[in-house]
Amino acid sequence: MNQFQYVRPAETSGAIKSIALDTNAHFLAGGTNLIDLMKMGIIAPERLVDINNLPLKTIENIPGHLRIGTLVTNTQVAENQFIKENFPLLSMAINAGASPQLRNMATTGGNLLQRTRCPYFFDTTMPCNKRVPGSGCGALEGYNRMHAIFGASDKCIAVNPSDMNVALTALNALVHVSGPKAARTIPFADFHRLPGDHPELDTTLQKGELITSVDIPTVPFTKNVYYLKVRDRSSYAFALVSAAVALNIENNTIQDVRLAMGGVAHKPWRLIATETFLKGKTVSEETFKQAAQIAMEGAKAYEHNKFKLKLAPNALLQALKTASGLKA
Amino acid sequence: MKKDAIGDSLSRVDGRLKVTGGAKYSGEFKITGLTYGVLVPATITNGTITSIDTKAAERAPGVLKVITYLNATKVPGYQPDESKPASKGLKLFNDNKIHFNQQPIALVIADTFERATYAASLIKATYQKEPFKTNFHQNIDNSMVPQGGNYKDYIRGEADAYKNAPVKIEQAYLLPSEIHNPMELHVTTAFWNTDGKLTVFTKSQGVISSQKAFANAFKIEQSTVQINSRFVGGAFGSSLRTWPHEIAAAQAAKMLNRPVKLTLTREQMFTLVGYRPQTIQKMGIGATPDGQLVGITHESLSQSAVYEEFTERSVNVSRFLYASPNANTRYKVVPLHVGVPAPMRGPGEATGAFALECALDELAYALNMDPIALRLKNYADADPEKNLPWSSKYLKECYQKGADKIGWEKRSSKPGTNREGDWLVGYGIGCGAFGAYRNKAQAYIKLLADGSVNIKSATSDIGPGTGTSMVLIAADILKISAEKITFDLGDSSLPEAPTQGGSATVSSVGSAVHDVCIALKKKLNTLTGKPENNEDLDYAKILKQQNLPFIELTQGSEGTDEAKNYSMYSFSAHFVQVHVHALTGAWRIKKVVAVVDAGKIVNNKTASSQMIGGAVGGIGMAMTEEAIIDDRFGRLVNGNLADYHVPVNADIPQIEAIFINKPDMHTNPLGTKGIGEISLIGVAPAIANAVYNATGKRIRELPITPDKLI
Ligand SMILES: Cc1cc2nc3c(=O)[nH]c(=O)nc-3n(C[C@H](O)[C@H](O)[C@H](O)COP(=O)(O)OP(=O)(O)OC[C@H]3O[C@@H](n4cnc5c(N)ncnc54)[C@H](O)[C@@H]3O)c2cc1C
Ligand code: SF4
Repeated sequence: MNQFQYVRPAETSGAIKSIALDTNAHFLAGGTNLIDLMKMGIIAPERLVDINNLPLKTIENIPGHLRIGTLVTNTQVAENQFIKENFPLLSMAINAGASPQLRNMATTGGNLLQRTRCPYFFDTTMPCNKRVPGSGCGALEGYNRMHAIFGASDKCIAVNPSDMNVALTALNALVHVSGPKAARTIPFADFHRLPGDHPELDTTLQKGELITSVDIPTVPFTKNVYYLKVRDRSSYAFALVSAAVALNIENNTIQDVRLAMGGVAHKPWRLIATETFLKGKTVSEETFKQAAQIAMEGAKAYEHNKFKLKLAPNALLQALKTASGLKA
Repeated sequence: MKKDAIGDSLSRVDGRLKVTGGAKYSGEFKITGLTYGVLVPATITNGTITSIDTKAAERAPGVLKVITYLNATKVPGYQPDESKPASKGLKLFNDNKIHFNQQPIALVIADTFERATYAASLIKATYQKEPFKTNFHQNIDNSMVPQGGNYKDYIRGEADAYKNAPVKIEQAYLLPSEIHNPMELHVTTAFWNTDGKLTVFTKSQGVISSQKAFANAFKIEQSTVQINSRFVGGAFGSSLRTWPHEIAAAQAAKMLNRPVKLTLTREQMFTLVGYRPQTIQKMGIGATPDGQLVGITHESLSQSAVYEEFTERSVNVSRFLYASPNANTRYKVVPLHVGVPAPMRGPGEATGAFALECALDELAYALNMDPIALRLKNYADADPEKNLPWSSKYLKECYQKGADKIGWEKRSSKPGTNREGDWLVGYGIGCGAFGAYRNKAQAYIKLLADGSVNIKSATSDIGPGTGTSMVLIAADILKISAEKITFDLGDSSLPEAPTQGGSATVSSVGSAVHDVCIALKKKLNTLTGKPENNEDLDYAKILKQQNLPFIELTQGSEGTDEAKNYSMYSFSAHFVQVHVHALTGAWRIKKVVAVVDAGKIVNNKTASSQMIGGAVGGIGMAMTEEAIIDDRFGRLVNGNLADYHVPVNADIPQIEAIFINKPDMHTNPLGTKGIGEISLIGVAPAIANAVYNATGKRIRELPITPDKLI
């Protein structure tokens, strides 16, 4: 057996101290991703710091925003009545992911940090710059049907697999972290990275930093929202592409809008230019079609994922139509 | 007393055991001194092992032995001798040759599964790599006609006659490799008794054929091998044969002189126990403008392994399903550096029906004809291949009932025109046929003093509810209630029965049960001096009067010459309603209706379950399943249940099974024809045809994933 230390501190400060003791140490939350990676031989931690005893399990309604503790499970978030009513996009996105069993175990912080599902990353006999920097990218000229069309580099074309993250980026969430240095808050858009020359880094989280909670500013998007996930089977499959749409419509005019896509980039893909285009426009199919085209600017496909160049705008268009209530 | 038990709906006699965990599967037997085996896969695709470092593994805690080709005791049956050359097929740990990626190179035995797993990760091998072929399409030029005589080109009338027809379709249909993926992993537990007898608990569709395979491998008497496989958690054909790793478990048990349990991992299930082979089928089909078929040409190229040839009957369906004056078929295999395929439910017939039934659908549109009308126009009233009458055929009734049930009249003849909101609606039909086989089988019966009955036969139950059907058959003939009857199976010491495959179990073993029950009644009538056909029997009373504690007898049963006089097939017509999202290509199968002419239905409930299971398999075949190899490495990139998509519950609609339920007077005394395969054959083309009807997109490459529909 790979020997490792296992500790289960009760205090956040203890967890942060403990993680610093070994260079090869990992926090353990729901374990639905981490344990798989250990079993597949992708990581072999010398120390596991189980954070499940930390007091980070509450959903708090603070004026101006909602605060979700890192250990709140995906099911608890998705089924929370306040969230269902005020942040329905988040509920929808979480429920589109994985399976009930997994969502019961998966935590907020763990979901944020789940690794890519690129098959070359998972097979230790294959090249993968994310797993072994410098070993090459197996997917670049390999089976890249699930891979990125935005923001990739020739070092890595993987996608962030999370559904929850797509909603969180649309909702301008903030990630609170504590660490050996001062606690800090990372805007969601800056939390995940593009691969560039360092695909081994998924996020801007620093070594030894612990996610403590995620904040979502109070938003007016309660009615005209939709999370559309296109996948190979009706559940329990990662997104081919997904689209998160939140609209604030008054008198058929789009007052405010947030858009993001999943399954298209190394990070949850926010569509700022498209949002700008839509703001102030009247709801119409034609406008939405134009928006979907704007969203695709800069897209680039590989051998097996060319379909995403069509599926992504189609999915966004459909999500806009559904969210706005526009009929076919 | 119960009348006409056959045709009832009896719940599974072992259902309670299965859902309460009381049923013990091959991996669940606690045997004293049990050790655990884990296989180590090769990381190259073709070549030889040049060195293999097992030291770290051997030193790891709990490790008892590491077996490689360097130290394995030779399996006698693997060695050539004067009388015959070495048999073909993979022989684990016999030499240093690697024929496919993930072929096992070592077997680690430890005191726990976890320790064996860890030690397995420490084994390092070096290889002399050779060039390899895993790309099917690039190697089609290397295709060859299989060695067996059954696969010669078939010609009726004129070859390629379709080419001269006024209306013709010429298309290729591609099926990717599909993995059986039963829920239960393949597990083998083996131990040698001090008297040299071998006992094996293993996932098997045929305990007698397993017994023979182990006996041949170790060159021991068949009777000294005991195979137990009472419960099987699904197999779909993946346990029709004894695999090399099963032999390796017994070999390891012998080397260690301890019981060994070898469990495949889910990943290993993708390479070591077969799969439905990737197949490209070229169809030519032509007709007169009024829809009379002129000719069918069906050519099939199928993936096989370099170290062992695998063949199936994918082209045969085109020879007999429709009354075409001209028909010809060609079949070839493409040997690749991959694990050998295995029959998968509905085997080659399902592959063939996909091509034929899609091509026929395309022809119907080209003719501007209803697909059912086209089938009726070319209805074969006798078997055009064998030139024999059918033993029975009610396919016309199947068309009618299925069309009524699915609402065929709502189908638009113009594809892409039927819409419900954003969803495109389509209807499709696909038909299938599978031989109604009957094999030799024996059954033993014991009548006990309380009037209860125990019947035994060395058959298997991989899921259809075999024991339950046998109980119903016995209840019907003995005219006693099902609760009084038990049926034992899955044990090689029982009277010989064929392997569970080819939809033949009820027809074969059921006939033996039928015959042994009749024989028992005769015997009792003889004892009591009653006429042979006397039906008024009080079993407990007779035993008491005769002062007998019990009566037992064994009866063999086999087919008659009828098989020479009649062509025997089960037939099915599958109807599907599908919705496809116009923008995203998302699909929802809304309804499946399967209408089946399979002779007499013994147990309505389990037969319906079979039909549902087959339809689910067909949905996977049509919509989700595909094993993908990266040909640069020769390795699967989706060899796990997260990335290889079997359908999930949410993909499965209401599935309705309708049985014609007319006994076939020629097949066997029960009048059954078999349903295991027919439940799947024809489902995939029905779906593909419905997708075309909905969208106007003809997808000839399965699976029909959303990206192909936008
Ligand atoms: C078969 C399968 C299918 C799935 N399908 C989907 C899907 O369709 N959509 C989807 O969105 N997801 C899917 N998932 C992924 C699932 O959502 C993630 O595995 C889960 O969210 C991870 O959460 P966890 O708490 O179990 O994380 P863990 O496995 O415990 O941890 C994941 C990573 O996060 C780190 N970590 C955890 N908490 C903290 C913290 N507070 N601070 C710092 N680091 C931390 C760990 O060290 C580890 O590196 C699927 C997973 C599986 C196995
Ligand atoms: S895409 Fe990224 S994760 Fe996948 S093989 Fe390339 S480097 Fe590795």
